[in-house]
Amino acid sequence: MMTMTSPVSVVPACAAPPRDRRRRLDLLLSRYPALATVVVLAVFPLVFPLYSLAINILLFGLFAAGYNLTFGYTGKLSFGHAAFFGSGAYGCGIAIAVLGWPWPVAILVGVLLAAVVAVLIGVLSIRTRGIYFAMVTLALAQCVYFVFFHATSLTGGDNGLRGVNLATVSIGPLVVDLLNPLHKYYFMLAFVAVALWVLARLLASPFGATLEALRENEARARACGINVDATRLMSLVISGAICGLAGGLNAINLSTVSVESLSYHNSGQVLMLTLLGGMGTFFGPFLGSAVFLGIEHVVTGVTERWQLIVGVIFIVLVLFFPKGIWGSVLAWYRRS
Amino acid sequence: MNQSSMPPILQTRGVSKRFGAFEANRNISVDFPARKLTAIIGPNGAGKSTFFNMISGTFAPSAGEIVFDGRSLSGLRQHQFARCGISKSFQITNLFPALTVLENVRLAVQVVDSRYNVWTPRARTQRWVDKALSLLEQVGLADRRFERADRLAHGEQRCLEIAVALACDPKLLLLDEPTAGMSPEETRGIMKLILSLLERHTIGLVEHKMKLVMGVSDSIIVLHQGQLLAQGTPDEIRSNDEVKRIYLGKGDH
Repeated sequence: MMTMTSPVSVVPACAAPPRDRRRRLDLLLSRYPALATVVVLAVFPLVFPLYSLAINILLFGLFAAGYNLTFGYTGKLSFGHAAFFGSGAYGCGIAIAVLGWPWPVAILVGVLLAAVVAVLIGVLSIRTRGIYFAMVTLALAQCVYFVFFHATSLTGGDNGLRGVNLATVSIGPLVVDLLNPLHKYYFMLAFVAVALWVLARLLASPFGATLEALRENEARARACGINVDATRLMSLVISGAICGLAGGLNAINLSTVSVESLSYHNSGQVLMLTLLGGMGTFFGPFLGSAVFLGIEHVVTGVTERWQLIVGVIFIVLVLFFPKGIWGSVLAWYRRS
Repeated sequence: MNQSSMPPILQTRGVSKRFGAFEANRNISVDFPARKLTAIIGPNGAGKSTFFNMISGTFAPSAGEIVFDGRSLSGLRQHQFARCGISKSFQITNLFPALTVLENVRLAVQVVDSRYNVWTPRARTQRWVDKALSLLEQVGLADRRFERADRLAHGEQRCLEIAVALACDPKLLLLDEPTAGMSPEETRGIMKLILSLLERHTIGLVEHKMKLVMGVSDSIIVLHQGQLLAQGTPDEIRSNDEVKRIYLGKGDH
């Protein structure tokens, strides 16, 4: 189910030339997926005035986009990506709140810590396949959870890490007021844009082609001379680093890091966002994030048992849109 | 048919393969002469596939050694075999189904010199596309290049397999029953293609259609019950009493 059918929105380098205007738009979308996504995200808060929710959608969208590299593009179902998001959040948070380091360094620390955790988890899990990979990543992510949970002096343990305060940031002559939610959104979007640009280049690169080959047919890829384990590990580390960036930005967003960011709930949620939006599509993770967090926002206002409602909606969407919302839109658009 | 003119490109020295208590191959020592077509034949269950999988790097031998181009291949993994210059095609068609014909070959070409480049757009590297196209022309699929691989006819898919296998410029091309499931006409086409490749490549193929290989092979390896029965020219094999008795002799004499 999850290997062959995923719509890949990155341009197939060897596709036929476009025939009509519709095809040309499709090609534009798939040739500049990062630009198209960033434009949509830049307009988003102007038409959606719930700024704090918009920031959540943006950051969890980035988390899901990072996760999608492992899940959608490399074809590995991971249940442990909270470890990367959480390590990124703690790395960035500790650098700011405990060490008092400047924020650009702190974000970098978060990304690097997440990448290191991804190397460790990857080395131990990358040879496993299918459900075993899901289980091993889940178990290892729980180990990461407990390491941070018990390092109370650094992480605050159960209370969470407080004081990740960043009221204003100055980038050269430009001063951004992070207490203004709209400014905060665009500050975050700048990082998201860079991450998406990197992701788009990666998917369009020879390495991206190698990932496609692996997802399509591992035995054939191996016979062509691809080192499957090394390629998968590299993909997981890049995926982890992007999720770490999302986590670090979220630490700045919330001014605190809770140990919940490392919990398996978070791993499950990012899987849901990606499936909902469309695995293996570029824009899907953000759409999934908007739909999921949007529904959650509305339903929590109505009932305490919001998870029940969200669960039902999720089941219905997965049953009727197995390619996810964006994946179905793309498939419909390309067919008609 | 002069086999001794060039040193063999691949030699097996006493290779065996066990699966638990079952010994699928026992103590096989054979040569694959360079720029020649060597066929591996034998009745069902003779251990042809196991042997093929060992020399193409899918299984590691339980004992013995494989020497390729003067170098031992012991301990190397499948993808390293490919980079040494041994390329394989599969018995059951094994492609990248959702990708285009051209992308199937382009990918395989690209793997040779760029696996970990995460930055340069692949669409800009025209030389990979050019090489893929020339391989497709060689196998007669250039017109079908924008078709998805899984939409090709069976015979075309087999040809695409060969193009993919040729992408890494293999010194040795190993084909597992390349004519399986083909019509007589398709079979003639692919055999012609295979013979045309001998100019630049050494070819080893597994086949159970005896007649087919007798006409075209330079050297034939006969396996029986996991062991080497004989290796020789088609004439030598044809006149080998043991081969006749066990493999050919079903009512012929």
